[in-house]
Amino acid sequence: MTRFWTRVVVVLTVLTGLNYIAWRWAASLNWDAWWIALPLVVAETYSLIDVMLFGMTVWKLKIRAGAPQPPHDATVDVFITTYNEDLDMVLTTALAAQKIRHPHSTWILDDGARPELQALAEQHGLGYVTRSGDWTKELPRHAKAGNLNNALMVTHGEFLLILDADQIPEPDILEKTLGYFNNRRVALVQTPQYFSNVPASDPLGSQAPLFYGPIQQGKDGWNAAFFCGSNAILRREALMQLGLVGYVKETGKSIRRALAASRAAIRQARKSADVESPLVAEVLDEVEAATREAQEEVDAGRPLSEVTYRVRRRVDAAVQTLVEADVAALQADLEEIAAMELAHVGESGVPVVADGAVQRMSARDWSPLGALESVQAVLDALTVERSNEAQPVMPLATISVTEDMATAMRMHAMGWESVYHHEILAYGLAPEDLKTMLTQRLRWAQGTIQVLLRENPLVQKGLKLGQRLMYFATMWTYLSGFAAVIYFAAPIIYLLLGILPVSSLSWDFFIRFIPFMVVNQLLFAVAGRGIPTWRGQQYSLALFPTWIKACTTAARNVWFGRPLGFAVTPKARQSGGPSWSLIRPQIVVSVLLAVAAVVGIMRLATGLAEPLGTLVNVFWVAFDLVVLSILVRAVLYKGYEPAAEPANREES
Amino acid sequence: MEFSYEVKDTYAEVKADGRLNMVSAPKLREFVTDVIAGGSNRIVVNLEHTAFMDSSGLGALIGCLKAARQAGGDLRIAAVQPQVNMVLKLTSMDKVLTAYPTAGEAFSND
Repeated sequence: MTRFWTRVVVVLTVLTGLNYIAWRWAASLNWDAWWIALPLVVAETYSLIDVMLFGMTVWKLKIRAGAPQPPHDATVDVFITTYNEDLDMVLTTALAAQKIRHPHSTWILDDGARPELQALAEQHGLGYVTRSGDWTKELPRHAKAGNLNNALMVTHGEFLLILDADQIPEPDILEKTLGYFNNRRVALVQTPQYFSNVPASDPLGSQAPLFYGPIQQGKDGWNAAFFCGSNAILRREALMQLGLVGYVKETGKSIRRALAASRAAIRQARKSADVESPLVAEVLDEVEAATREAQEEVDAGRPLSEVTYRVRRRVDAAVQTLVEADVAALQADLEEIAAMELAHVGESGVPVVADGAVQRMSARDWSPLGALESVQAVLDALTVERSNEAQPVMPLATISVTEDMATAMRMHAMGWESVYHHEILAYGLAPEDLKTMLTQRLRWAQGTIQVLLRENPLVQKGLKLGQRLMYFATMWTYLSGFAAVIYFAAPIIYLLLGILPVSSLSWDFFIRFIPFMVVNQLLFAVAGRGIPTWRGQQYSLALFPTWIKACTTAARNVWFGRPLGFAVTPKARQSGGPSWSLIRPQIVVSVLLAVAAVVGIMRLATGLAEPLGTLVNVFWVAFDLVVLSILVRAVLYKGYEPAAEPANREES
Repeated sequence: MEFSYEVKDTYAEVKADGRLNMVSAPKLREFVTDVIAGGSNRIVVNLEHTAFMDSSGLGALIGCLKAARQAGGDLRIAAVQPQVNMVLKLTSMDKVLTAYPTAGEAFSND
């Protein structure tokens, strides 16, 4: 029933929306003020696409009846990831995980490598994992993805339950979810993330009932429900396949790149005046022949490990010839010296350089070829060892700080299926202050934009059209910061300067705009089935500086290799008084809005402005101010006080 | 790699700073040959800033030793760094080229 009415409202939203936007583009633009008219119509088009993608999501809303009985012999590792969280919190979660009923092993994955935590783990019979010695200082650590990838190498359960350090699981979390894996194609079961330290008014917008509800259920209908980092169960086989495919792809890419660069490198080495010796020229000839042969073999589809092994053997042999020649010349010099004055050379005659020494002098780190840096770089890249990573196989994607979404997308692209199980089975802790909350939102947004820019879902092979659009929909919502700026600017410009971005505010406008707005709000009400969605709508506009910063930093990171300025979300409340400086841009915008409203009303009173335009824009300003007002409550929020709230809010 | 030399009372000190490898080895030979041709046949090669040496570099050192002996003098090395020391030991060339802690000590006893 819900689904039917949802679809009716989706159709109405799309029709009224297209009707409005088509008219806006075709007949309403005030070209005299194109500098605000165009941005506004682009922002409105952005919003319509956003709503249409939401409509598409809930079109296939999937309400699951529950998982079948799980196989008794399914083996499970429960991973609790931690970096710097409070030890009590980690232990509480770990002990709750230990009490999960289905047979399993519980592991604390301590990226902070804290001896106290190790002692606690041992004392309670919990597994404890830190990074292996392979993760040396100069290699990338990949944050949580690296922590999980490291643990995957030392454990062996068929399934993995992943929990953040604050997510206390219910004892039946596995019994309720493992059965989905009876379908051999299912690689992921995601359950909601729910926070137990949030008052009903949710001033920081911590709960995401729309996302862990209609949105994930809708994505589930398109087989595109995705991994959200915690409270999810993954199939190890799928992860390992992902790691192996990624390894082969990366290796192939770097070998092809190295072979492509080899010709230029050898030419450059030949040209350099430093290399005059005919022997060196011979070695370069040999390196060139070896890389040319390797290129042919790679093109013919021969295994990369064999190809690179053969290159290395040929080059090693050539280098050894070079070293032998050096040694022979040296030995001849010594003989000459000995012939001149025997006594000086030593009692036991001319020392002979042993074969072992020749071998050692030919090895990669001491090889004379190292002097030709460009050639050596090419040869170093012709390996299958992936020496720029701590472990060659990285099952969890490392292209983004939100490894979860990137990993899920790759799984879907390989044909795996996912499940969203809509039942709270773990209780976490949300940030209790604005600063921490902003850090967390920034990180999520940055990670999502990184995935968009590195592996744009619209062009990923293996994904179905619906899946592509489902991933794209989530990324699209994070562009809202730019639209928000325009929505704040347009009424200010009208009320201060009298410039209207539309050609006229007439019957034509209202007859198209109002039905669209009404049906749009109806869609959220019907699809959300009474879920509070207003907080989410407020924050999607009010946090515009965060969203914009996420886009710009992620773009700089992906395109120019700049650091993100990444910070782990602290789980403990940050101390200090209200920090208004965190929302300085929003305060400036609010003041401008208020001033604009006053000026607008004065202009109306003095006959400088017309009544309808002023009324609409003052109303618009009021709406913007109500949206932004949530930030005042957020700044003043003093953290959760359990006494004032009913402890159990499960029924909501 | 950078070379420089300084004529002292009883010897000439050659400094070889950088990596003594296939590319720089012929230059060391040339440099030392020039120093010998300039009239100094007692040479100390100061390896204080030579972090690395390969087989060509070693060959060059022995070549320079030969040149110095042919000119009736000697060549000694000083302030040898760990990797160079390993190469000398491994090839038994430490028996031919004695390493002195500092350039000043190399010819102090004769």
